[in-house]
Amino acid sequence: MTAFWILAPIMVLAALGILFVRKAVHAALLLAVVMISLAILYLALEAPFLFVVQIIVYTGAILMLFLFVLMLVGVDASDSVVETIRGQRVLATVFGLILGLVLVIGISQVTFGAAVGLDDANEGGNIPQLANLLFSKYVFAFETTSALLITAAIGAMVLAHRERLTPKESQAGAAARRMREYAETGRHPGPLPAPGVFARHNSVDTPALLPDGTVAQDSISRVLAARGTVRSAPALSGDIDEIKRQLGQAPEQSPEVAGRSDAAASTEEGDQ
Amino acid sequence: MSTEPYIILSAILFTIGCVGVLVRRNAIVVFMCVELMLNASNLALVTFAKANGNLDGQIAAFFVMVVAAAEVVVGLAIIMTIFRTRRSASVDDASLLKY
Amino acid sequence: MSSITALAAESHIPVVDPAAADGVFSLAWLVIVLPLAGAAILLLGGRRTNRWGHLLGTATVLGSFVIGLSMFVALLGRDADDRTVGRELFTWIEAGGFKVGMDLLIDPLSILFVLLITGVGSLIHVYSIGYMEHDDRRRRFFGHLNLFIAAMTMLVLAADYLGIFLGWEGVGLASYLLIGFWQHKPSAAAAAKKAFVINRVGDIGMSLAIMLIFVTFGTTAFAGVSAAASGADESTMNVIGLLLLLGACGKSAQVPLQAWLLDAMEGPTPVSALIHAATMVTAGVYLVTRSNFIFENAPIAQTTVVVVAVVTLLWGAIIGCAKDDIKKVLAGSTMSQIGYMMLGAGLGVAGYAFAIFHLITHGFFKANMFLGAGSVMHAMDDDVDMRHYGALQKAIPVTFLTFAMGYLAIIGFPGFSGFWSKDKIIEVAFTQNIFVGLCALIGAGVTAFYMTRLMLMTFFTPDADGNGRWEPGVHPHESPKVMTVPLIVLAALSVLGGFLLVSNWIVDWLAPVVGEHHHEDPPLPALAMTAIVVLVVAVGVALAWFTIGRTEVPRTAPTDVNALTRAARNDLYGDAINDTLVVNPGRQTVAGLIAFDTAVIDGAVEGQAAGMGGLAGVFRRVQNGFVRTYALSVLAGAVLVVLVLLAVNL
Repeated sequence: MTAFWILAPIMVLAALGILFVRKAVHAALLLAVVMISLAILYLALEAPFLFVVQIIVYTGAILMLFLFVLMLVGVDASDSVVETIRGQRVLATVFGLILGLVLVIGISQVTFGAAVGLDDANEGGNIPQLANLLFSKYVFAFETTSALLITAAIGAMVLAHRERLTPKESQAGAAARRMREYAETGRHPGPLPAPGVFARHNSVDTPALLPDGTVAQDSISRVLAARGTVRSAPALSGDIDEIKRQLGQAPEQSPEVAGRSDAAASTEEGDQ
Repeated sequence: MSTEPYIILSAILFTIGCVGVLVRRNAIVVFMCVELMLNASNLALVTFAKANGNLDGQIAAFFVMVVAAAEVVVGLAIIMTIFRTRRSASVDDASLLKY
Repeated sequence: MSSITALAAESHIPVVDPAAADGVFSLAWLVIVLPLAGAAILLLGGRRTNRWGHLLGTATVLGSFVIGLSMFVALLGRDADDRTVGRELFTWIEAGGFKVGMDLLIDPLSILFVLLITGVGSLIHVYSIGYMEHDDRRRRFFGHLNLFIAAMTMLVLAADYLGIFLGWEGVGLASYLLIGFWQHKPSAAAAAKKAFVINRVGDIGMSLAIMLIFVTFGTTAFAGVSAAASGADESTMNVIGLLLLLGACGKSAQVPLQAWLLDAMEGPTPVSALIHAATMVTAGVYLVTRSNFIFENAPIAQTTVVVVAVVTLLWGAIIGCAKDDIKKVLAGSTMSQIGYMMLGAGLGVAGYAFAIFHLITHGFFKANMFLGAGSVMHAMDDDVDMRHYGALQKAIPVTFLTFAMGYLAIIGFPGFSGFWSKDKIIEVAFTQNIFVGLCALIGAGVTAFYMTRLMLMTFFTPDADGNGRWEPGVHPHESPKVMTVPLIVLAALSVLGGFLLVSNWIVDWLAPVVGEHHHEDPPLPALAMTAIVVLVVAVGVALAWFTIGRTEVPRTAPTDVNALTRAARNDLYGDAINDTLVVNPGRQTVAGLIAFDTAVIDGAVEGQAAGMGGLAGVFRRVQNGFVRTYALSVLAGAVLVVLVLLAVNL
């Protein structure tokens, strides 16, 4: 019972947390807490097979599926905890309390007596005994669940399937489209320029420089530009000086560097 | 060993799940609350198995888990489909079928 | 009318007791089936039968006539008591104790009708081949004519009141179809509808009579009814008789159901000749004669027949005097002549044979004159106004001569068929009741007047230049042979029809059906009676000659005429009477019922519906579309159930 008294408050608190947390991810994690605690309670209740299944299937598979879907759906206005239906929250709470009270009162009215215990039933191991039952008394239900699972799998496939409405674009078609767009809008038909390359930095965030020293706008990701994490070449000029000093040369101010600095500054203005 | 606290815990968790279904608007969280209710009933079933000294309750809990797995697969697929067409996972947005 | 009642008691009323059919009589069903098959082929065959449809239609009727003729010859060869033959075909209706066989009855009465219908019918079919030649729907016309012949022969051959009713409705349908044959004319469609509706009134009487007969006698067959008739309650018989008379009035255009016949002239002229002159309209006379065993036991009904007949006789004759439409004059005349027949039939055993005799001669000369009128119209480009005729005796000599034979027959010129038949009816009428006799005598004079008027306006009365009052562009021409030959045959029959009375042949012939009447001396010697009738006719002719033949006939009808003429031109206000007594009260009742229905019944129903709608409008707000609200109600329900369970168990 020790395990129960430790876990029960945790479970109730975690479950209540599901009601109140704003983000769905947090709710999923709280649900994981409840489920793993439940698994431990199963162990306490002499159900080792269900303990394993609860952790592997429920917590491991189902809850991960939830998280996966959450990742696909992303943050949503539905995460808001502001109630939009008038009276819904109050009525739900009232009826929930009544239900809980009635259940608790009802249960406490019943005398369960001492538990028989599963020592006899688990004779020779819980899993073989479960298997005995499952493949004899419940074999029909078991077979039916197989049909259910297959149906569910097909159903999920049908629901997730998206019909292709337009023919798949061929390579030649893509090339033709690019040239057509170039003719119509002047959009560059070739691949975008690669970002600048510097020896000592991961340079995806550094724009490439055109031959005249100006910045190639297309060479960096729009996301990086939006975040404002684009580095400019002049900002790295200190590195050049450092290398030179390490090589034993005196640092000298190069007029090109100043020119590039201007160009980089303008790039950053344009990006922001 | 008394089994009563387990049953009461099961009832409390079930009630919390119920209220969660009613107050949360994110379809995925609503779904999680349904899972919570299923888990609560599983706890009761396993407890009854212990109280009665046979494994039928555990078998029932096992079947509940299987069905819940199937249900989650289809349910989440439906939520995805709705999200794809409506750009929203709120259960309140799908409210066209009314007076 | 006490004399009539007394007569009924004296006279022996024959019971219909048919012998089994053999020989040619077993073929009697063919008389009906042949034209029926013709009608089916022509109406169902569609355009495929256009080319030969009229020939087939004529051939089937001719076939029926041949069978009828051979049956007639076979009957002639039998003893007088052995001339009633029954041909049982199959059980028609069987429901509990009610059993009706599709039985045919061939006896002296029905065979005469079969001969008249199929004989005159054949001639009119032949005539129609020419008359309808340029009509696109000639095949359909012949199909309808064949249908009529089938229904009419069914009517006269039936051995059962229900069989009569079948034919009765059949001829009604055929009449409706043929009056409205030129349905593109609104007047024709309206006339057909009018005839149909008025006939329905009569048919209600007929069907009620049949029901009453079944209730009273437990059977509707002539054999059973005639055997039990003399023992039945007299008031019941009176009711049956009056109801049958109502049916007869509808079909035979007797007052008060006479209004449809004049409008029925909208149909093609052969139809007017066959249906609305020679055969169908005489069905009422046939019904009364056939039901002699009922009417002889129903003195009030029989008296009513006489009253109706006399009123109609004068009514039709007066209308005939004022009309300018040649077909309407003939229609009024038909009405009047059927009045004579009804009078004969209403006079009981003494008159039945003469009624049938007049019916047959009238069938000849009226068909003749209608077909002649058709021929005149054919010559005058379908103009029916006699004021546009005149001086036609040279232009269309064959039509003129044949028409003249019919004319002489109808006015009762000595020696012609109408002379014998009408004279006999007037004589019997005088014997029974002096007032009825006087009315019949006056009718004869009026008949002579309007028929002479028709003859003069149509064939004589040239203007100063010796020409007719023809419309410009009309060039009268004689009709083709296919039309004139039937005219000639009918003219011959009109002249010679009187031979049926030689040595009282027709009276003896019909005696097995209508009973024998011991001769009663009329108030005056027969010869004197005849002389008076001829004198009255002569007065009528002379009156017409002096008022019309000696003066110029205006091309348009003069308007400054006396009240009687105006009334006669308006069919003696028959339509106005119907409108006032029946149509308008009916319309008002219906309008009231509609108002009641709209205000009260619909109001209640619609109010209920509106109330429901209002409530639903309030309650539907519950369906707000939010799944969570529905889930809340599910939870509330679950909590409620748990609470109740708890309350019950604790």
